[in-house]
Amino acid sequence: MKTDSTDEKLLLKGLAKNDRKCVETIYKRYYNMVQSLIINNNGSSDDARDIFQETIIVLYEKAKSGTFELNCQLKTYVYSVSRRLWLKKLQQQQKYLPDVQTLEETVPVEEEIEQHGQQQTEFQMMEKALLHLGEPCRSLIEAFYLQKKSMTDIAGHFGYTNADNAKNQKYKCLMRLRKLFFAEFKNNEG
Amino acid sequence: MQEIQLLDAIERYLRGEMNSEERAAFEQLRKNNAEVDERVVEHTMFLQQIDQFSDWKNFRSSLHDVHNQLINNGDITEAAPKATVRELWKRYKRIVAVAASIAGITAVSISIMAYYFTPNGSISEIRQLSQQLNEVKNSQKQTSKELFDLKKSTHSPTAPAKVGGTGFMIDGKGYLVTSAHVVVNADSVYVQNIKGDYFKAATIYSNKQTDIAVLKITDSRFQPFKTLPYTIQKSQADLGEEIFTLGFPRPSSEVVYNRGYLSASTGYNGDTLTYQIAITANPGNSGGPIFNEFGDVIGILSGKQITAEGVVFSSKSKNIFSALTDIKKDTTNNERIKLPTSSHVQSLSRTRQIRKIEDCVFMVKSY
Repeated sequence: MKTDSTDEKLLLKGLAKNDRKCVETIYKRYYNMVQSLIINNNGSSDDARDIFQETIIVLYEKAKSGTFELNCQLKTYVYSVSRRLWLKKLQQQQKYLPDVQTLEETVPVEEEIEQHGQQQTEFQMMEKALLHLGEPCRSLIEAFYLQKKSMTDIAGHFGYTNADNAKNQKYKCLMRLRKLFFAEFKNNEG
Repeated sequence: MQEIQLLDAIERYLRGEMNSEERAAFEQLRKNNAEVDERVVEHTMFLQQIDQFSDWKNFRSSLHDVHNQLINNGDITEAAPKATVRELWKRYKRIVAVAASIAGITAVSISIMAYYFTPNGSISEIRQLSQQLNEVKNSQKQTSKELFDLKKSTHSPTAPAKVGGTGFMIDGKGYLVTSAHVVVNADSVYVQNIKGDYFKAATIYSNKQTDIAVLKITDSRFQPFKTLPYTIQKSQADLGEEIFTLGFPRPSSEVVYNRGYLSASTGYNGDTLTYQIAITANPGNSGGPIFNEFGDVIGILSGKQITAEGVVFSSKSKNIFSALTDIKKDTTNNERIKLPTSSHVQSLSRTRQIRKIEDCVFMVKSY
């Protein structure tokens, strides 16, 4: 178990850095388990993929926060999160709720799911705001803040005469994005 | 413009792009100006949000990559086939069960109702049908039997007669007298006695003037009469003489008796060949014998005047004699008709007269 636990810690560390090897390993180890859980409980393979990826994202957020301490096997944790997420989704879809089989051991993960859900809605709001921003603002913002390109590159790519011009444009876009995002935020709160 | 400069300053401050002098100035500004400070905090949060978002997006896209790659490598497999059908089945299992039971109950109740309401009728119908079949069979049997019998015994035609009349025997060998208009257009003539036996007859003489026809029964089954109970009167009948007749005005072989009197010695428009008589006569009485009270034939019922009530005409019996003379003259046939010479009913009561006479009266059917 000790070797397992150190191995799992390394995996989580790699995951936090979005290390592709680690992601692949996690995928290979747990995907089939989660898939059979979903499919045996009213789900499709698409559902299985969505739930598994969301589970990994939860894990990723946890690992990144640096405060995560795994008190059980990683497998159990992954299973618990997937199960919880799937039940939540079934409830949202108002499907007939089966007694999701709990052959596997589970640990309470409600807190994580709650946090994850909140984060998820924020991301969705951001996505919506970006969508409403329109071009070329959207590409400009994505290039600078998401892809972290330099201002000079961006100026060249978008056909601005110099980096300063591009920068001014970017700030204007950012201001609009903020407005949209907070509007969305208020919308959601209200 | 101010806003943009502020944003730029905040970003540069956060990214640590400011030199120490600038940084100190900016920090001083934050301390002095609460609004700027608030903006810095707010923007920091927002940039963090964007950062996290970008991180999330990147991670998600890398997860997609990994997923697709692993699928391609065959390290994981998507267990698709199990999904949809079973999912649908599981999802609608209850509904399907309810629907199926409703359908089942409906079907059962319908068949129960059908069982209750129909079988009696249908069974009896079937029975009826079989009975009818039996009836058909029986009637067919009967018909064929009848046909056979008819072939054997009577040559009765199946179709109804075109014209019906009455005739009476003048010679026991099978000669009859009837009205000429009864048999004038006939293809074939049948006579029927009061017992209902049919015999085929041939017209050997017919006179439109006197309205007399002589028939001969050609049927081999006919058994000749030895004697006839009545005679044919050759002389003229007297006015006011009481008369009676027997005839077949009904389609059945029921002989009908009527009586009257001789009202004039001539017929229609002074026709000397006929008498006028007062008697109830109907179609079918034509050709019937007119007897006087002694049972002698004095005439043959011929017709009635439509424009006057109770006016019936009768061919005189002496016309029978002239007819026989004519038949004798005709060399093409060698009929030897011998008229009855003595009466056996002269002194009998009317009912007994009729009982003796009625065997010699026939229904004539011409086709």
